[in-house]
Amino acid sequence: MVEERLRGWRELPLGAVTYRLSTDYKTGDWRALKPVVNLNKCVKCMLCWIYCPDMAVIWDGEKIVINYDYCKGCGICAQECPVKAIDMVPEYEER
Amino acid sequence: MVVRTLPQYPIKKGEPAYKIWIFEPGWKGELPLITNPRQLAEQKRPALLPGHRLCAGCAAPIIVKLASLAFRGPTIVVSATGCIEVATTIFPYTSWAIPWIHNAFENSAATASGIESAIKALKKTGRLPYDHVDVVVFAGDGGTYDIGIQALSGAAERGHDFLYILYDNEAYMNTGIQRSGGTPKFAWTTTSPVGSVIPGKMEHKKPIADIMVAHRIPYVATTTPAHWIDLMKKVRKGIEVNGPAFIHALSPCDRGWRHAENLAIEISRRAVDTCYFPLWEWTPEKGYMLTDRSLSIARNPKLKQPIEKFLELQGRFRHLLKPENRHLLKELQEYVDAMWEDLLNRATNAPK
Repeated sequence: MVEERLRGWRELPLGAVTYRLSTDYKTGDWRALKPVVNLNKCVKCMLCWIYCPDMAVIWDGEKIVINYDYCKGCGICAQECPVKAIDMVPEYEER
Repeated sequence: MVVRTLPQYPIKKGEPAYKIWIFEPGWKGELPLITNPRQLAEQKRPALLPGHRLCAGCAAPIIVKLASLAFRGPTIVVSATGCIEVATTIFPYTSWAIPWIHNAFENSAATASGIESAIKALKKTGRLPYDHVDVVVFAGDGGTYDIGIQALSGAAERGHDFLYILYDNEAYMNTGIQRSGGTPKFAWTTTSPVGSVIPGKMEHKKPIADIMVAHRIPYVATTTPAHWIDLMKKVRKGIEVNGPAFIHALSPCDRGWRHAENLAIEISRRAVDTCYFPLWEWTPEKGYMLTDRSLSIARNPKLKQPIEKFLELQGRFRHLLKPENRHLLKELQEYVDAMWEDLLNRATNAPK
């Protein structure tokens, strides 16, 4: 995402109106542990979709997809999964 | 005019992954309340967009998300200053897919009353292109228990038609974990530190939901994000009643409560299982009604867990589990039991 030029006071909207969507700001780089879905175990109960605080779980009509652009790696999905189909793996392997 | 674009992700069936709520002028009807999780995931999209900067593992966005899945149509959200306001609208970004306004710490309820009166005036003169526009307030415990209570009490007294959702993380987490009126007894905060002189905060939590019951407003309820169907049903009821409604939602905070970041839902579940935070709703006609898990515990007292189950996961209560502090733990257990007995006596659907 190319950052737009910072605006001067003449161009800013009046009254501190926020004018950009936060989806431009990717929070995925906060993550230390990364959720990985085991689709063979998944029973599609959608509890991860319901409990995800970052709206990072996407239901595409057939399966669960984790959106790593926004996932902060909190692990609530793995904790609440009734069949333990989500594993939290380290984002970077230690060498 | 800036063109707002949402990122696109491939979806085979149902709604796009993220969308902005747009209601065309003249939109009629009500959005259905869906409690089937699969249908929810296909047909509904929360009013909060990703990219907000609340801490990883925070329960407040879960409350906002679940509440927004229960909205019935065009909605205006008012936020008091607090974690939600600070983290979702960092200039120039906004995470809200619906109209949103922030005023100040103390007057979120007053702002909501003003919006509601404006909607009423527009409706009277035929300038409102919708059947109904709902006003929902999200405020933290600082903005409700301490700073905002006079605005809330005044708005409740004047009878404005809005829903006030309190997400209670039990301290001023946004500014660095200072004690608030919502902090429970013996909890560690930075302004009630645990040491040889005091064992954490010395006062009990203020019964905010009972204070709102005393206003005799049409609907008061308590809920937690772990009991998500319960939360959604209560939010819908609170929006549908004609008059002010108040919902007290427990919101575990991993930074302030000193617990692991994946435990927010588990802790709110245990808060209900130990009867530390019972789930109930109150209406003037039916009085106190236990709901969901608390009703099961009232029917089968064996399900009630000791308070240690709730405390053991949290670092702010770590000192209570030491052997020399057993009397404090006993005092807390007796207080929780007394409050639960009191609620059982008041509840109309509890077995006598």
